[in-house]
Amino acid sequence: MKIYVPGDSAAISVGADDVAAAIASKVGDSTIIRNGSRGALWLEPMVEVETDKGRVAYGPVNIEDIDSLIAADFMHGGTHKLSLGESEKIEWLASQDRVTFKRVGIIDPLSLADYEAYGGLVGLRRAISMSSEAIVDEVKESGVRGRGGAGFPAGIKWKTVADAVSDQKYICCNADEGDSGTFADRMLIEGDPYTLIEGMTIAAIAVGATEGIVYLRSEYPYAIKTLQRAIDIAHAFGWLGSSVLGSKYAFELKIRVGAGSYVCGEETAMLESIEGKRGVVRAKPPLPALEGLFGKPTVINNVLTLSTIPAVMADGAAAYKARGVGRSLGTQVFQLAGNIKRGGIVEMPFGISIEEVVNGYGGGTLSGAPLRAVQIGGPLGAYFGTDKFETSLDYESMLAAGGMLGHGGIVVFDDSVDLAQQARFAMAFCALESCGKCTPCRIGSTRGVETIDLIIQGVKVDENKKLLLDLCEVMTDGSLCAMGGLTPMPVKSAMINFPEDFTGEVSRR
Amino acid sequence: MKYSTWSQDAALAVLATLREEKGAVLMALQALQKEFGYVHKEDVALVANFFNNSRADVHGVLTFYHDLLTEPPGDNHISVCVAEACQAVGSRQLEKDIKAKFGKEVHDGYCFGNCALGPSAMVNGAIIGRASVEKIAKARI
Repeated sequence: MKIYVPGDSAAISVGADDVAAAIASKVGDSTIIRNGSRGALWLEPMVEVETDKGRVAYGPVNIEDIDSLIAADFMHGGTHKLSLGESEKIEWLASQDRVTFKRVGIIDPLSLADYEAYGGLVGLRRAISMSSEAIVDEVKESGVRGRGGAGFPAGIKWKTVADAVSDQKYICCNADEGDSGTFADRMLIEGDPYTLIEGMTIAAIAVGATEGIVYLRSEYPYAIKTLQRAIDIAHAFGWLGSSVLGSKYAFELKIRVGAGSYVCGEETAMLESIEGKRGVVRAKPPLPALEGLFGKPTVINNVLTLSTIPAVMADGAAAYKARGVGRSLGTQVFQLAGNIKRGGIVEMPFGISIEEVVNGYGGGTLSGAPLRAVQIGGPLGAYFGTDKFETSLDYESMLAAGGMLGHGGIVVFDDSVDLAQQARFAMAFCALESCGKCTPCRIGSTRGVETIDLIIQGVKVDENKKLLLDLCEVMTDGSLCAMGGLTPMPVKSAMINFPEDFTGEVSRR
Repeated sequence: MKYSTWSQDAALAVLATLREEKGAVLMALQALQKEFGYVHKEDVALVANFFNNSRADVHGVLTFYHDLLTEPPGDNHISVCVAEACQAVGSRQLEKDIKAKFGKEVHDGYCFGNCALGPSAMVNGAIIGRASVEKIAKARI
């Protein structure tokens, strides 16, 4: 008898540890597995029981429900007011197209047997049998683009590193998922860490690297613990180390923990931070692919990019690129967040509309008040109103609509939101987190806060709005990295799409 | 949270475990904070000497990162997420209420990756979703 109680930190945040302990104290010798979360976060803690007809789910389960669940014989799939039916048939999950997240929530995150039973290591074993060039070509052919937000084709980046001549190369995984509204990196690491390790190992073989580093943020203590244990187990298994699965390739993997700096999610600032320095952005060129960590050729990819590679290698480029639209191929792991009724992970091919994700999957606002705005792509992404909800969620369409897809996070706001305050926060956050290297970002963000304050107070509103737009232009064009360069995006989109919040009158309501 | 009492020997013992690490200054400061709860004022020179860096470099790192503390912490470390997804479900008010109640124990947090179950907080390293003043108060020691 197996009972699944997610050990994902989102599930823990709403009581999963207490639920697991309460079940353990009452049902005796059953095995409780702390799986990842399947991503229907509004149902957490979602408890599953293995029965003859497959896994049966209950949720959201509180400790007060345990007695009545036992009375309803949930151990054998009995009916209860929290019954969700067979896990595989929950419409919200069953209708998704899980590629990167295919194992998350299903397997025991640290069980290598589970991992292999659900298709793990197939991609790596195939990669070991191929030439480095062939691996790079396969990744190029698949069309996988960088999931950190920039959308740069992974295969082209890998090719640059593969072609560089050096005694040492590195694979760096950017797991500094600082964008509000994004949590897919965390959930992947907590729910299926071996996928990331497999992706990094394949990258290492493809480009000739022998060392990998995961830069993981300190705000994710649960992910740090899980990934470290996974690395240790992979080592003991002979996957990591001097001979990867008995092959001629060596690969060592380490975690470096961040220290609470948002800008360290920018790739060159991340390299500085891994080198133990202040997280100050570097000018490019030189590209990190040629002069990256400690000056050596370095692949830097996001968690989701690297975690998608095993599927690409296992099923082939053609299967992957059959999904998606235009130049946005494959699937995107959308993250529904904020004031949302049914928040969580929605993995679907690129090209699904905002409407389908936010109202279809999300079911509108949590508060029940009318939905007024969404911010897509993190703190540096645009604010849209519902008039833009037919926009296709792919890199090109989002750009054309005046926004960006970023890391796929969607934050929902109801009608209590004040977009002038949100614009002010964007500038204030930039002022707090700027690394300070370039003036438009360092000084501009502070001037931005002051100018928006004047608009809010109704002081020379038209003049200050003009000034703010001018400032935005300077920041966009004059900043070295996306921090200063994209902070104007939420500010300008708020002004353009919600002009009624920038009139300087005390309040709209 | 329980921390060791700082002494130069104890600090050097922490640094000795990182001797083989490349680019270890940030790691060293993090390790010292983990052991003693904060970075002691004499640690800057110790780290600089140990890893052959300038004191200015070490000071620069120490003052760049929000996580690093230069004063002994209180019994509780409370972070309330004040980023957008949590703002959308009332974190601005929660932050005010928590600060009014627990003052110096409270730090601003920017995203714990729990954005579908906000507002989120972290109390002594444990995550709290759908956070309220009551839930946070209960999680304190």
